[in-house]
Amino acid sequence: MKITRETVLNVAELAHLELSESEIETYREQLDQILTYIEKLNALDTSSVDPLAQVVAAASDFSAAWRDDETRDAGIAAEALAAAPDAQPPFFRVPKVIERES
Amino acid sequence: MTAPAKTLSAAEIRAGLVARKFTARELLDDCYARIAAENPRLNAFLALSPERAYAQADRLDGQVARGEPLPPLAGLTLGVKDVLATRGTPTTCGSRILEHYRPPYDATVVERVERAGALIIGKTNCDEFAMGSSNENSAYGAVRNPVAPDRVPGGSSGGSAAAVAAGLVCAALGTDTGGSVRQPGALCGIPAMMPTYGRVSRYGLIAFASSLDRVGPMTRSVSDAAALLGAIAGSDPCDSTSAAVPVPDYAAALTGSVAGLRIGVPREYFGEGMDGEVRARAEAAIAKLESLGCRRVPLEMPHTDYAIATYYLIATAEASSNLARYDGVRYGLRAPADTLAGMYRKTRGAGFGAEVKRRIMLGTYALSAGYYEAYYLKAQKVRTLIARDFQLAFEKCELIVTPTSPIPAFRLGERTADPLAMYLADIYTVTGSLAGVPGISVPCGLTSEGLPVGLQIFGPRFGEDRVLALAHAFERASTAA
Repeated sequence: MKITRETVLNVAELAHLELSESEIETYREQLDQILTYIEKLNALDTSSVDPLAQVVAAASDFSAAWRDDETRDAGIAAEALAAAPDAQPPFFRVPKVIERES
Repeated sequence: MTAPAKTLSAAEIRAGLVARKFTARELLDDCYARIAAENPRLNAFLALSPERAYAQADRLDGQVARGEPLPPLAGLTLGVKDVLATRGTPTTCGSRILEHYRPPYDATVVERVERAGALIIGKTNCDEFAMGSSNENSAYGAVRNPVAPDRVPGGSSGGSAAAVAAGLVCAALGTDTGGSVRQPGALCGIPAMMPTYGRVSRYGLIAFASSLDRVGPMTRSVSDAAALLGAIAGSDPCDSTSAAVPVPDYAAALTGSVAGLRIGVPREYFGEGMDGEVRARAEAAIAKLESLGCRRVPLEMPHTDYAIATYYLIATAEASSNLARYDGVRYGLRAPADTLAGMYRKTRGAGFGAEVKRRIMLGTYALSAGYYEAYYLKAQKVRTLIARDFQLAFEKCELIVTPTSPIPAFRLGERTADPLAMYLADIYTVTGSLAGVPGISVPCGLTSEGLPVGLQIFGPRFGEDRVLALAHAFERASTAA
């Protein structure tokens, strides 16, 4: 494996993470080490194996997954908004994302 | 009544309330006094919820006074891992990014244990977002192992394990994604169980890796684990991954009779990297099970060696997606910035600790364009092979017996510099996590330094009753000896 500084910066951008200079170098080294270890999976031939995304038994065991999609009021909108760093009920306020045309 | 409360079982507590030997209020006074005395040293609790607990105690004492029947877990003092939502009580996940967060609702398991009569004492420390095997990744400081205070309690449910092992509470709820209930249980010397995937609702469990996360009991005894599991198990309309499989009477399964059971012993769990004393204790435990009439069946589970690589791809990929929600908008920390994207980056950069960032980076990489098939999809295919190992094994035996952790509790700070080495020590627990089967860790003796060793028992899916039965018989035989 060869993880470069550019790869780290690209992944951090995708993950919306601001990293310090020392973090960039630390993660470059550690991701390289971990991904090199992970390469051992290539020793297995999985060409005829199906992927397993979720361990579920018979679909009937998970009947809750097939209920009707109903809207219900949990009655906690005010509390949920109160936990926000910057709320203007009924909205969450964020830095401006659309510039006004001049 | 200060001394005995430290060792009473759930059944003894309930019986003591009925017989008016003590009141629920007295149990709480005793519990909070002990926490005040010992928590500064252990750091097992991050927040306490005395108002809630005393309100529940008054309800129970009222029921006793009126001669009404008490619910099954009446008076059971319970710690709740800080990744489980508790209405109005801070729920931080051990992270700065949720430092002052108070959820507007209770997790289903919290609601259920309270309905069963438990006293919610407070929130237990853990690795940040349950990511870690030593509890050293908590933003609020490491937890100390009550058995050996210079050592880690294990993780990520380290606070829950320490609180129970130190006698601060009768029981605790932990969560297990790759071993986070079982491993701290082993390192602190208490029974600790990961139920089948789907057995217990995750509504209100703050997500780390959704295809793996489970909630489980950590207790003083196997019978208490059975009682606590009975209270939290069963389907929940709020969690579409909870299974509609009937919940058996777990207490009734603890018959003490295990003669004739075939216990599988996989060769791959006794390989390199295992501490010699852990091996000796595990071997002695298996010999004890044989003396109880179990039949030892040698097994091969050939994909075990690939489990760590598989687990750390799947868990981090899911984590990178789940933790995208911490963006400074709806809850938790917000770092000011002029632009929305800048606010996301600064908030997440400042709010997450080193291990969480490392896993988000790894998971994001594994899911990114050009790498998805080589990493994430590959891992999902190997997961199929690991699950198949278990399926085939359970055609030859009723239960699988292994050590829980290859090493006993290590010293604080001893292993933090090398994340990969820390991951590798999860080898015996992540397999069952990937396969979705239930597993328990039960104490099986001490090393020459007095450090606890755990024996792990895996069962087939929804076979918790069988797992508990063997664990209970082993516990009884161990304490009798």
